[in-house]
Amino acid sequence: MSNIVVIAEARGGALKRPSLEAVTAALGLAKQTGGKVIAVLCGSGLDAACAELGKSGANQIVAIDGASFANYSGDAWAKAIADQCKAHAATAVLMAHTAMGKDLLPRVSAQLDGSVLTDTVELAFAGGAFTAKKPVFAGKATMTAKATKLPFCATLRPNNFAPATGGSGAEVQKVAAPGGDLLAVVKEIIAAAGGKTPLQEAKVVVAGGRGLKEAQHFKLIEDLAAAFGPGVAAVGASRAVVDAGWRPHGEQVGQTGKVVSPPLYFAIGISGAIQHLAGMRTARTIVAINKDADAPIFKVADFGIVGDAFEVVPALTKAIQALVAGK
Amino acid sequence: MDIVVCIKRVPATDTAIKIAADGKSIDPTGVNFELNAYDEFALEQALRIKEQLNAGSVTVVTIGPKDSKKQLDDALARGADKAVLLSTTEWMFDGAQTAAALAAWIKTVPCNLVLCGRQAVDSDNNQMAGNLAARLGFACVTEVGKLTLENGVFTAERDIEGAREVVTSKTPAVISCNKGLNEPRYANLKGIMAAKKKPFVEQPAQLGARGVEIQALTLPAARAAGKILGNGADAVPALIAALREQKAL
Ligand SMILES: Cc1cc2nc3c(=O)[nH]c(=O)nc-3n(C[C@H](O)[C@H](O)[C@H](O)COP(=O)(O)OP(=O)(O)OC[C@H]3O[C@@H](n4cnc5c(N)ncnc54)[C@H](O)[C@@H]3O)c2cc1C
Ligand SMILES: Nc1ncnc2c1ncn2[C@@H]1O[C@H](COP(=O)(O)O)[C@@H](O)[C@H]1O
Repeated sequence: MSNIVVIAEARGGALKRPSLEAVTAALGLAKQTGGKVIAVLCGSGLDAACAELGKSGANQIVAIDGASFANYSGDAWAKAIADQCKAHAATAVLMAHTAMGKDLLPRVSAQLDGSVLTDTVELAFAGGAFTAKKPVFAGKATMTAKATKLPFCATLRPNNFAPATGGSGAEVQKVAAPGGDLLAVVKEIIAAAGGKTPLQEAKVVVAGGRGLKEAQHFKLIEDLAAAFGPGVAAVGASRAVVDAGWRPHGEQVGQTGKVVSPPLYFAIGISGAIQHLAGMRTARTIVAINKDADAPIFKVADFGIVGDAFEVVPALTKAIQALVAGK
Repeated sequence: MDIVVCIKRVPATDTAIKIAADGKSIDPTGVNFELNAYDEFALEQALRIKEQLNAGSVTVVTIGPKDSKKQLDDALARGADKAVLLSTTEWMFDGAQTAAALAAWIKTVPCNLVLCGRQAVDSDNNQMAGNLAARLGFACVTEVGKLTLENGVFTAERDIEGAREVVTSKTPAVISCNKGLNEPRYANLKGIMAAKKKPFVEQPAQLGARGVEIQALTLPAARAAGKILGNGADAVPALIAALREQKAL
């Protein structure tokens, strides 16, 4: 028996989509190990999230539910999850590489004294060992590594596996969330203005750079993002414009910003410096709009338009609006 | 407050990475190493906390090759009180192994706060803070962009998807630092001179079992050279058509 635990994430009662991607990866591994996939999640009021997980194809769901877990507390959650991993004799523990995954999974790995690899993009079990691929050196190289210590704990880069949908309900085991002393606890979650689509979850990222010349010209970028309809696209930025104070750091894409891997990425007025590429080169389709035909961004873009953003972007926005309206 | 700042030297971010003949490591020729950018925020925050409390100590530590002394000296020159090099002959990439060794060392020194960077930009693990905290039994907040300390309790803010989390944390704690936390100071001449008289300890790292073993390091397949679809707004219809053909729209 070599079971795989997926740590699922619910926020505001709803399951996060990258958790279903992690189930897909776990099912792939379980087929090789011959074990079961057990999805474990923490929170308060988890029934809706459990129902959604039930449809994923996971064999079993463990919901650690209770008022003491209403707010995220990495120390308490990691202990409770590690206990479940032990109880189910997990040889691998997977979680999406989200803000919570990055925070929680390393702690679980330490509780279990297992191995840890983060931001993986490929996982396999062959010849009796787990192996994984992950980008290193800001995506300038890919590392293939073999786990030499179990359980093997890994986070998975979002948008890299299809979300799992192959199930028709799974047994849900409820575990009461332990009370007790929390060392660090979330006191407040301040939502970003206007309920924006999170950059790392967006299907489309429209990123702007210094080529836009002034902060207020980012309206062009915002309009193009909005044209895709609600909840589809997010605005990104190069470091040059974040440093200039035109955009918040939360929007920075690149080595010292966020790494995104959306199906579609627009780089507008962005030269394509190596540190920027580190944050977006794994996007499935990259479009560059730049007035300099020699800009390095065209070397990684799938499609390019050489031209002035102030002329091209409004035309593109209109075309996308027409397309979305027609759907 | 006795603060330990974990630092790592990493290849400069504009370095072109070449794979060594063994196929598992990078070719160090021509690579310039620098202090991991996020560790600069960690060091700066440590110095500010010491200044705020007007008490305590700041110790910088790294597990790495002997050449890491350069980055430790730089940290002393910026204001750290003491530097510790836990020396190895290898490039440290294994999260479990490094965290276990660091945690074991931290347990031997007075420490109520560990500050580290969000991630080391070589292995890009982003795992150290949580791993250390769980091993030390400390509280932990990761990827912190704002930090205040009042009456021994930290209030930290961190970005999550689409929102900002406000976390309160007791001490002892491990905190990983993100960009935006502060503007790091640089060493001045006085600091560089003072650094020469500060304690520097070097001892071999006590490394336990590996958690993972590198099998290969490869360069990513170059993206096929893009297609320039035309000039100006006239090229928009061609772009829409190309994206639809790729099912990107
Ligand atoms: C340690 C370190 C970390 C870094 N981390 C990051 C990071 O995380 N993310 C990041 O993005 N950068 C990062 N950088 C910075 C990076 O090196 C570049 O400086 C930055 O990406 C440049 O931003 P840019 O492309 O917007 O600006 P520029 O390089 O100035 O490019 C502007 C582009 O706009 C084009 N342009 C001008 N006018 C127009 C117009 N009217 N229409 C269309 N195009 C136009 C120009 O041809 C040019 O290509 C980092 C640097 C260092 C040293
Ligand atoms: N070998 C090391 N020695 C000391 N500190 C380290 C080492 N590796 C990582 N760190 C610290 O842990 C942080 C996160 O690193 P990582 O989890 O490896 O991405 C870094 O920014 C450093 O502060």
